[in-house]
Amino acid sequence: MMYSQKVMDHFRNPRNVGEIKDADGIGKVGNPVCGDLMWIYIKVKDNRLEDVKFKTFGCGAAIATSSMITELAKGKTIEEALKITRQDVADALDGLPPIKMHCSNLAADGLKAAILDYMKKKGIKPPEGIKIESETEKCDI
Amino acid sequence: MSQNIVYMDYASASKTDPRVIEAMLPYMREYFGNPSSPHTSGLKMKSALEDARASVARLINAEKPSEIIFTSGATESNNMALRGVAFRNKDRGNHIVATKIEHISILNTLKYLTKFGFEVTYVPVDGYGLVDLEALKNTINDKTILVTVGYANNEVGTIQQIREISEIVHSKNAYLHTDATAAVGKIPVDVLKDGIDLMTISSWDMYGPYGIGALYIKKGTRIEPLIIGGGQEGGLRSGTENVPGAVGMGKASELAIAEMSFDARRLSKMRDRLIDGILKNIPYSFLNGHPTRRLPHNANVRFSFVEGESLVLSLDMEGIAVSSGSACSSKTLEPSHVLIAMGIPHVEAQGSLLMSLGRFNRDEDVERVLEVLPRIIKGLREMSPLTPEEVR
Repeated sequence: MMYSQKVMDHFRNPRNVGEIKDADGIGKVGNPVCGDLMWIYIKVKDNRLEDVKFKTFGCGAAIATSSMITELAKGKTIEEALKITRQDVADALDGLPPIKMHCSNLAADGLKAAILDYMKKKGIKPPEGIKIESETEKCDI
Repeated sequence: MSQNIVYMDYASASKTDPRVIEAMLPYMREYFGNPSSPHTSGLKMKSALEDARASVARLINAEKPSEIIFTSGATESNNMALRGVAFRNKDRGNHIVATKIEHISILNTLKYLTKFGFEVTYVPVDGYGLVDLEALKNTINDKTILVTVGYANNEVGTIQQIREISEIVHSKNAYLHTDATAAVGKIPVDVLKDGIDLMTISSWDMYGPYGIGALYIKKGTRIEPLIIGGGQEGGLRSGTENVPGAVGMGKASELAIAEMSFDARRLSKMRDRLIDGILKNIPYSFLNGHPTRRLPHNANVRFSFVEGESLVLSLDMEGIAVSSGSACSSKTLEPSHVLIAMGIPHVEAQGSLLMSLGRFNRDEDVERVLEVLPRIIKGLREMSPLTPEEVR
């Protein structure tokens, strides 16, 4: 496959798979019709992401990016975590094949969605300009 | 390739039979010459070329070897059949009929032809991938010059009712082309009994070399060439002939004539063991394609709640090479058009696994897949948000 060794490592041994039963926020992004669906669970303590877990239906890239985002986000403050971009995830995995950059690289969006869900539940106003890119993108089906 | 790789992706690429390579070697090492030359070296090549042509003709029961035109492969044969018949018969009509499950080289050539004023109608298939004969009948009109229907589907293995289709097509005075890439050398194909006017034949699909294929053109069929030049292949396909390739394809045809029924019996047993073993041991798994009208080497199964590319990668980590019909493993990021045409929902189509067997598979290969697959499916389902609690 055209995947980097890092991607294959995260695909082979995905980190933090599963759900958090009493999650403080859940982000659900993607569309299984297009081949990728990602659920990210977060547990927040003192404004920090104490735990991050995921469940994903999708290709190798979708699973590897999900796994990577949990590692990148764990221990970060909400503000820091919101700044993680798709490119950050791809870079941390030593890159993704161009065709996978869009459709399967949903993890940063999933994390954002989970944090926004947490903020909504807590009545916290999200910072300006946070948007879930994948919500406005379409797969061509 | 490592010794312990289980290769079950013969529909994507096949191993050339060592006996074919042996037959080709003298035509690369020792003999050379242009088959059009009148000297001894040329005549030697010409005679090897014609022997090969006769072998291919015998495999499909063509009336004359001259009805076999060597090409560079199945894609060229498909292009030649569609474009050649369309342009040559434009005076008779501009309508072409195809099915929704044809190979991409058919579909894209037809799309290209619409730029030149041709109209194409695609007839639907049923849930097994069988062409709807009534719809076909109603689709052909007095402007229809050509109908193209694949003999058997490469992906889901469904074998069409080609004789019935031929009767319908000929009753309306159109030509029938069939892409028999997946069928020739695997199941008996008889162009006379089946009533075929043009037929695409692949070489590598029947363990012959790459870079060569053929188009059967029934004598008297109105067609124009795709490649113009020195007038080789009866003026229908110019370019100095690929003699080593043709010799290989001829040898592959001879081997198919001798071994096809043995191969088919052996492979269909392995196929059934594979399909039954999977359907029995893995919940929410379903067969894609027809249960009986099926190529002997094709097993295509889909698994709910998982995605095909991650399935293919997981099996690769266990040393098993297979294909999937998922969007993520295609260049277009769309799931298999064949499965979609069969009415399989997009999400379900994503979880399809194509295991295509070949002459070099052994019973142990099937057992190995049956051993590792349940664990892999279970792992991916545990990770998937689509999996219902009771299936985990």
